[in-house]
Amino acid sequence: MAHQLNENELKQKARHYRRDILKMLYEAGSGHPGGSLSSIDILTVLYSNVLRHNPENPCWEDRDRFILSKGHICPALYTILSDFGYFAREELGQLRQYGSMLQGHPCMHHTPGLEVSSGSLGQGLSIAVGVALAARLNGTDIRTYCLMGDGEVQEGQVWEAAMSAGHYKLDNLCAIVDKNGLQIDGNVEDVMNIDPLTDKFEAFNWNVIEIDGHDVVEIGNAFLQASQFSGKPTMIIADTVKGKGVSFMENAPGWHGVAPNKEQLDAALAELEEEK
Amino acid sequence: MRIVNLTVDIDNPERIPTRFGYGEGLLEAGQKNEEVVALGADITGSVKADLFRDAFPDRFFSLGIAEQNHIGVAAGLALMNKIPFVTNYGVFLAGRGWDEIRTTVCYSNLNVKLGGAHGGISVGPDGATHQALEEISIMRCLPNMTVVVPSDSIETKKATLAAAEMFGPIYIRYGREKVPVITDESTPFKIGEAYCMREGTDVAIIACGAMVYEGLVAAKELEKEGISTMVINNHTIKPIDKATIIEAAKLTGAVVTVEEHQVMGGMGSAVLEVLAQDCPVPVEMIGVMDRFGESGDPETLMKAFGLCSENVAEAVRRVIKRK
Repeated sequence: MAHQLNENELKQKARHYRRDILKMLYEAGSGHPGGSLSSIDILTVLYSNVLRHNPENPCWEDRDRFILSKGHICPALYTILSDFGYFAREELGQLRQYGSMLQGHPCMHHTPGLEVSSGSLGQGLSIAVGVALAARLNGTDIRTYCLMGDGEVQEGQVWEAAMSAGHYKLDNLCAIVDKNGLQIDGNVEDVMNIDPLTDKFEAFNWNVIEIDGHDVVEIGNAFLQASQFSGKPTMIIADTVKGKGVSFMENAPGWHGVAPNKEQLDAALAELEEEK
Repeated sequence: MRIVNLTVDIDNPERIPTRFGYGEGLLEAGQKNEEVVALGADITGSVKADLFRDAFPDRFFSLGIAEQNHIGVAAGLALMNKIPFVTNYGVFLAGRGWDEIRTTVCYSNLNVKLGGAHGGISVGPDGATHQALEEISIMRCLPNMTVVVPSDSIETKKATLAAAEMFGPIYIRYGREKVPVITDESTPFKIGEAYCMREGTDVAIIACGAMVYEGLVAAKELEKEGISTMVINNHTIKPIDKATIIEAAKLTGAVVTVEEHQVMGGMGSAVLEVLAQDCPVPVEMIGVMDRFGESGDPETLMKAFGLCSENVAEAVRRVIKRK
């Protein structure tokens, strides 16, 4: 792994990624800004400082595995993968276009660096459990990570998977819920309340850590704690803001799956410049 | 067309459940390759995954009653180069795990093996909820998926071993009840290659699973009436053996498809897709006619649903009139 980024470097990276995400979505004319922006700080820390990976050899056997369960926020992952050199930056401009390497939802056979195809919600944690079981069976120290949305945990399969991870005491598994509180129809608590989420995962025999999902130091510490915790899988419940970083997108359900127009893009980019 | 001569007496066959063949095949696959792993769904003995579990407890993962999770966990194991066998009653395996099979397994083209037990109405007394009658349709429509319905226990073992050796998702359908053994160890089995078990010139019966036997019995009966009947063991529904099907249709000019499954979208439909495009001939279809199963003993049900050799013979007589 490259050298660890410090707090300021991580923030700079995340701001850069936010700008890329917005530009990609504008070019594509569709896509999901809200969740991409709420999860980008988590993904920035994960790929910069936590995940053992090698962009020059995406299939390196001993890499840690990251399963993106909330597949619709793939623009956030694409911009990171491109930044790490998994593919050329120019590809970002082809998001969602016919023949593109970057499909609207992740396809592992199109995009270098993706572990698995996803997009149908609720399936990633099960996949991560399988990876973690295999890693244990092989006696390797590979760690498995999985990012889910908070609306996504309404899927019953998430709880089947959570039960199995707890049952098998998969301490080589760390999942994250990007708890931005919104889904397409409105507030998660109104659409279908998932709380108390910490109690639920604890009841399923998980180690649960609650953090501010935009504080890169807290995020890094949580991943460290997870890697040191023995006998249970770890769930990081990251309190986040949907659309984080762009004032008019923040906490607005309407920005779940709509791309910005030119005017909105320029306004968003201006805000992200000013934060420097 | 590959011709395989019958080596068994079809009037007095040995009867063994195909699930025994699956269990032995899974065990042997595990002995041959340590990357083979298996998942348990709380019915491990019933679906005959117990032989593997007892031999390789470290490579067997009990996951309880949670079909969607089974498929996802299998996908994760496959991503780590394991060869996972997910075994469950076919109706739940294919039905409850369908989107997971579609999006996670087939879209990603992962090396996941699906053993669908208790196929068909011959499951019997448990009734409609547990009788898998739609899996062939809903599995064969998925890109990258292979679908195999072996004819007896020996062939089921071969299919299970072949599944472990090929790369990619595969669904193997097998059954609970004792069914006639019509092949032997020397009968060649290759996924995607149908074969002729009885030559004939007037009509071709194209069947899969235990219904191949019903076809053979019907053909023998029809011989007394002077009808020369070919019987094709079409064990692989996908990728379907177009060449053998077209050759059978050309040689005989009439086809009867026979399966213990809904006629909509099943093996017969797959045959029709080939014939309609490449060699249209009159066809009659034997299968379950757009209805759910019922409780009853297997023999009674097969009669009640028109899935016996007499029904096949009747379909042959009908189709010949249409030539």
